[in-house]
Amino acid sequence: MAEKKATRAAYGETLVELVNEGVDVVAVDADLTGSTTTKVLGQEYPNRLINVGIAEQNMIDVAAGLSLTGKVAFTGSFAVFGTGRVYDQIRNTVCYSKLNVKIAPTHAGISVGPDGGSHQMVEDISLMRTLPNMRVLVPSDYMSAKQAIRIAAAADGPFYVRLGRAKLPQVYGPDDIFELGCAKVLNEGSDVTIIACGAEVNESLEAAKLLASQGISAEVIDAFCIKPLDAETIIKSAEKTGAVITAEEHSIYGGLGSAVAEVLGENLPTKMVRIGMQDTFGTSGSADELFKEFGIDAESIAKAAAKLIGK
Amino acid sequence: MASCVTPDGIKKIAYSASVMRYDIVDMISKAGSGHPGGSLSATDIVASLYLSGIMNCNKDNLDDPRRDRFVLSKGHAAPVLYAVLAQIGVIDREELGTLRQLHSRLQGHPDHLKLPGVEVSTGSLGQGLSISAGMALGLKMSYGSEAPTVFTLIGDGESQEGQVWEAAEFANHYGIANLVAILDYNNLQIDGHCSDVMDVSPVTKRWEAFGWHVIEVDGHDIEAVCNALQEAKDYQDGPVMIVAKTIKGKGVSFMEDQAGWHGKAPDADQTKQALEELKATIAAAREEMEA
Ligand SMILES: Cc1ncc(C[n+]2csc(CCOP(=O)(O)OP(=O)(O)O)c2C)c(N)n1
Ligand SMILES: [Mg+2]
Repeated sequence: MAEKKATRAAYGETLVELVNEGVDVVAVDADLTGSTTTKVLGQEYPNRLINVGIAEQNMIDVAAGLSLTGKVAFTGSFAVFGTGRVYDQIRNTVCYSKLNVKIAPTHAGISVGPDGGSHQMVEDISLMRTLPNMRVLVPSDYMSAKQAIRIAAAADGPFYVRLGRAKLPQVYGPDDIFELGCAKVLNEGSDVTIIACGAEVNESLEAAKLLASQGISAEVIDAFCIKPLDAETIIKSAEKTGAVITAEEHSIYGGLGSAVAEVLGENLPTKMVRIGMQDTFGTSGSADELFKEFGIDAESIAKAAAKLIGK
Repeated sequence: MASCVTPDGIKKIAYSASVMRYDIVDMISKAGSGHPGGSLSATDIVASLYLSGIMNCNKDNLDDPRRDRFVLSKGHAAPVLYAVLAQIGVIDREELGTLRQLHSRLQGHPDHLKLPGVEVSTGSLGQGLSISAGMALGLKMSYGSEAPTVFTLIGDGESQEGQVWEAAEFANHYGIANLVAILDYNNLQIDGHCSDVMDVSPVTKRWEAFGWHVIEVDGHDIEAVCNALQEAKDYQDGPVMIVAKTIKGKGVSFMEDQAGWHGKAPDADQTKQALEELKATIAAAREEMEA
C-alpha cells in the first residue's frame, strides 16, 4: 500500500506546480507557513508567499486586495483561525464582492490531535457552506487534495478547501479525476449508503469491509464537493439502499450530514444517521484515539449502519 | 509650496464639492435613511481626490488595470462616493434619487458587484486598509516602480478596529509606498466623540510609531488637501497616512459636530433648511469660480 500522506502536504507543492504552469498564484499566510506547507512556495518563489505575521484578519483582506489585481490568492493558517476568526472578512469582503480568493487553511477536524479542542475546527464546513458565492471542497487524501486545489485555482470566485494535518491512507491514484459538484461512488452496495468526506472516507471504506463480513452490502460515496453538493448521486444511491449514513470529521450540525439531510428531506425522505461530532468540542489525544472516542471510526460507522437497517 | 492644482482648478473642485454636499443631503432625504455626517465630513477630501487629476481614475479607465484606485473603507459614507461618481459621469445625477431602494445599484453600503467604480464592497469597518494594502502590493508585483497608487479613506472611529493596526504594521513591513490612506479625523463616532468613547489620540504619533509617513491637513482646505494627496502619491519610502482634520456634518449648520447626525435622514423641514444652506454655498462657490 502506498505511503500515508496528509492532505496539507498537497498544498504548497501544488501551488508551486500552478506557478510553474503560469498561473498567477499568491499565498498569504499567518506565521504558519511550515505547518500549512506554503513555505515550499516561498522557497521556490519568495515573492509569491506573503507572510502577514499573526494577523489572520489582515491575511484574508490582503488576499482580497491581491485578487482584485488579478492574482489567484490563497489564504492559510489553521482552519479554526482561518475560517472562524475571520468569518466577517470572508463574508463581507471575499464572498460579498465574489473575489477570487481561495480559503485553504489546514488542520481542520479532530485529527489535529494533541493540540486539543482549541485547535480542532469542527464547525468550518458549516460556516463556509452557508455563505453565498462560496464553494466547499473536502478532499479525502493527498491526491484528491491536489485536485481540489487545482479546481479552486481554475474556477473564478471564492472557494473553501478543507485540509488536514493527519497522514491518511491514499484512496485515489493519479488517474482519478475530480470535478466541481461531483461525488465519487467508491464502493457499490445495495443495503446501506455511507456518504463521507475527508478522513472519514477511508474510515467508511473500512466500515464497508466490516459490514461485508456481516453480509451487509454498503455503498460508499466520497462527497468531495459539499457545495455544490452532488444531489443526483446521493438521491440515486438512497433510492437503491433506502438507508443513509453520513460520516464527517465535523459537527453533525451544518456540515455534510446536514447537507445530505436537506437534499433527501426535500426529494426522497430516507432514514438517516449522521456520524460526526455530537455537539461537542474535541480534546487532546492521537487522531486514532479521538476517532474512537467520538465515535467516528470505522467500527462506529459499521455499527451505526447495521443498526440503521435493523441488523 | 506651489500648489499642484491651479487656483482655478481649486475653485472648480470647491464648486463641485458644494454640489456634492447638496446631492448627499438630497439623496439621503429622499431615501429616508443613510449617513449624512460622515459623508459631509469627507466631501472635500473625496472631491479633491477624484477631481484634481491627482488620482488617475476616471469614467473611461475603470477597466484599465493600471488605473489608480480608491477604496471607501468607511462604507457607510456611500453617498459621498455616489455623489462624486455622478460628478465624473460614471452615474447620472438622476440615479442618486434611487439610493437604498429595492433594485437600486446604489446600495446602502457600496456594492462592488452592482456598481462600476466601486473597487470592493465595504460596510464592515476595519477592512479597507488591509484590502488596499493587498491591492497596492499586487500592483507592485505586477508593475514595479510603475505601479498605480491605491487611496483609501478610513474613519477615526473605524481606526479603533484592531485589524487597522494589523494592516498598518503590514504596509510598513512590506514597504508599500503606493498606498495612501486618509483618516477622516472628525472626532465623532456613533456613540459620541471618539475622545469620550475610545480615544484615538495621539493620531499622528500612533501612525508614525507604526512607521508611516504622516501628513496633517485641514480636511476642508481643498488646496491643502490636494497638496497633501500629491505629496503622498509622490512619496516613495513607504505608506502614507494623511490625517485630515474635519468636521462631521460639514456644510449643514445644524448637523455640524453632532453625533446624532451620523446615521439619520433629515425630515422635511430639516431637509428644506439644509438644502437652502447648501444652495447658498453653491451660489457662492459658483461666483468664486466665475470671478
Ligand atoms: C465592523 C463594524 N462594526 C460596527 C459598525 C457600525 N458602524 C457604522 S458607522 C460606525 C461609526 C463609525 O465612525 P467613524 O469611523 O468615525 O466614521 P465617521 O465618523 O467618519 O462617519 C459604526 C460603529 C460597522 N459598520 N462595522
Ligand atoms: Mg468619525
